[in-house]
Amino acid sequence: MTYLLRRLVTFPLVMLGVSVLVFVAIRLVPGDSITAMLGTEAGLLTPEQKQALSAYFGIDQGWLVQYGRWLSGVITGNLGLSVTYGKPVLEVILQRFPLTLELACLSVVIALVLGLPLGVFAATRAGRGSDLSVRIFAMIGQSTPSFVFGLGIIYILSGGFGILPAMGDYVPFTQDPIANLSQLFFPALTLGLSFTASVTRISRSAMLDVLSDDYVRTARSKGVARRNVIWRHALPNALIPVITLCGVEFGYLLGGAVLVEQIFALPGLGRMTLEAILQRDYALVQGAVLFVALNFMIVNLIVDLAYVALDPRIRLGSRS
Amino acid sequence: MTMIARKWLACAAIAGSLLTATAAPGFAATLKMAWAQDATGLDPHKQTAFSSIRLLELIYEPLVRLDGDLKVVPALAKEWTFSPDAKTLTFKLDPAAKFHNGAAVTSADVKASFERILDQATGAAARANYLSIASIDTPDAATVVFNLSQPDVPLLTAMGSINAAIVPASEITSGKIGTAAVGSGPFKLESWEPNQKEVLKANAEWAGGKVGIDGIDINVLPDENAILAALRAKKVDFALLNDPLVATLVPKVAGLTLNRKPVLSYHALQLNASRKPMTELAVRQAISCAIDRQDVLDTALLGEGEVTGPLTMPLYRSDPNSLFCYKKDLEKAKKLMADAGLKDGFSATVIAATGEPPTAAAEAQVIQSQLKEIGINLDIKMMELNVYVDTWLKGDFDMAIALNGGRADPYTMYNRYWTKAGNLQKVAHYIDDTLDDLMQKGRVETDVAKRKEIFAAFDKHLAEVSPWIWLYTGYSYTAQQQNVENFVATPDGSLFGLSKVTVK
Repeated sequence: MTYLLRRLVTFPLVMLGVSVLVFVAIRLVPGDSITAMLGTEAGLLTPEQKQALSAYFGIDQGWLVQYGRWLSGVITGNLGLSVTYGKPVLEVILQRFPLTLELACLSVVIALVLGLPLGVFAATRAGRGSDLSVRIFAMIGQSTPSFVFGLGIIYILSGGFGILPAMGDYVPFTQDPIANLSQLFFPALTLGLSFTASVTRISRSAMLDVLSDDYVRTARSKGVARRNVIWRHALPNALIPVITLCGVEFGYLLGGAVLVEQIFALPGLGRMTLEAILQRDYALVQGAVLFVALNFMIVNLIVDLAYVALDPRIRLGSRS
Repeated sequence: MTMIARKWLACAAIAGSLLTATAAPGFAATLKMAWAQDATGLDPHKQTAFSSIRLLELIYEPLVRLDGDLKVVPALAKEWTFSPDAKTLTFKLDPAAKFHNGAAVTSADVKASFERILDQATGAAARANYLSIASIDTPDAATVVFNLSQPDVPLLTAMGSINAAIVPASEITSGKIGTAAVGSGPFKLESWEPNQKEVLKANAEWAGGKVGIDGIDINVLPDENAILAALRAKKVDFALLNDPLVATLVPKVAGLTLNRKPVLSYHALQLNASRKPMTELAVRQAISCAIDRQDVLDTALLGEGEVTGPLTMPLYRSDPNSLFCYKKDLEKAKKLMADAGLKDGFSATVIAATGEPPTAAAEAQVIQSQLKEIGINLDIKMMELNVYVDTWLKGDFDMAIALNGGRADPYTMYNRYWTKAGNLQKVAHYIDDTLDDLMQKGRVETDVAKRKEIFAAFDKHLAEVSPWIWLYTGYSYTAQQQNVENFVATPDGSLFGLSKVTVK
């Protein structure tokens, strides 16, 4: 509990640091909301017109004033107004988040369902041809960018079968599970395939370590069935690095898988943030980054707590 | 039935339903459309991006518009006259014209719209095209009289832009322009999810005639390969494409038609004539002689375009063969460099925007290899679009790969660059008395034949002094299924032709 409270206390400090970083970073990039809207036509504006548009976009004051105005809103839960969407930033983010969350969950599930058994399989056949095949597959999977998988899937589906996942509108799972899964399955598969390779390699490596431990040899010599030795005794102890990897990956995916969202035209957080950066929608970029940072911290905390659940020997925050 | 068999059947059923859910074709009286870039706002007076204009021209209307031959034709105004001294422009409005809220379009709305455009507080970039308007009179509800401070022949063409759209005076007063899209055009905006989707419904009371479809559902698919896939899978009936490399794949798909139309926008290599050694005419001309424009077009754009001089509109366009050094002449280029004392060449940086145009990087690379032949070493600096725009507006470059918008009238197209008072002189980096004189003459000349002579001289002189190297114009691309009929593309890239489209 003490550890949990200590971690929670650090959240506001981290968020403050992130807020300063994102506020400054987006403004250091050349171009602003006016050039984003008008492009080269911005050169036709008179100084009075520039002043009017600067006031319209809320960028007419100095940085300190802008930051103070924005931060005072954030403290009260108001992340500002998106000039692209004409809506409160928090509303826009929460509209996009369910899709990103679902995509992240599906991707991790696919990766675990495929990657864990493959990793265990390879570890139990270490040095043989089947192990080599799995390792080659894992290497190809890790080396191939996710957008290559995505474009390949789209090409095969549309060219080979004349079908395509629904693009554009997001149908929530609670509204229509079939339409929802038909839209998200292939994007999740795209992300999951890349992640499967990492899970395969890490779980293979962790299993090899565990399978050479004394207690595993003891269990075998006592006649415990091979299946039970692997799945009941060895695997749980090999899961710590897998969980760490999943936690990092899940946290990253909660920020939105930009390339996959672009290719499959999914209205997720990643694509929204990219477009906000390109359109210099400062409030939306700042709000999105803060939201993602918060998610990342929560996921890391959950992963740390999961360690204790998996391995009672671990005491969070203790010296030994 | 065994447990395993039941499990396999269940899996097959789920897979089947997943595939079925994605396999429904897209034919209906509502046109299913896709494009890669969405509008960035709904205010027709403020928005200038091509992607915004494509949406807004379906919702709003100006007084006049341009047809497929770039001739001015009626829109909200059914007739107009210039006074003999070209200082008064009078419009008669179509009495049947109505806004989407049911209110009639009156002269008061026209006056309010133009006053809004001219008001600096609006921040309308196109204001620069209407500065000759001194006052606006409205003698009756159907008549508008523009009193000009000087003769301004291009003004009529400039009024064909959606940036001169007529909006309800009541919406201006209530401050709703840009939040609610109340136009008078062939379609009403039912909903807009930025960067995601827009739904348009046909305007049954459109004064321009009967709209051929019930509406348009537009999906934003950022990757044009995905648009092609959607066309292939018949999820989309009609699509707007920007990338020639994707567009050229369309004819290879059975059942799809690609519409190609030469456009007014032009690709150019902009030189900074205020930086040495490009201050020297001989150096700029050497660059012009060293570049094989057809080769750049064939390599970077797969030949999808036409070599052009500065003026790209059909009425004023010159034969490129009549312009200075439009055929590659390496000997002449080397001699010019030697005359300028730069036999060994020099180094320079060329900036280009990532993805705008999609072929920018390829163009830069081809030009880099061509200029190497006369000793010019180019360092290519790719930039995100907004960073490029910011750098470009400051004029802070040696050279720039550019895709600039064209206009139907030469004065409207180029007064910003090639007049002494041009707003973008900072970017043009060059002006001389000849260019300025010719532009001012062209502005006030009402005789078409004389205007052609003036701008032919302008075209020739601009190519000769080579402050920029004009390369080629490309095409606008739209792709459609076989059951979509009657779409007519125009050189300004307008999708207004969707008002006449039918879906079988």
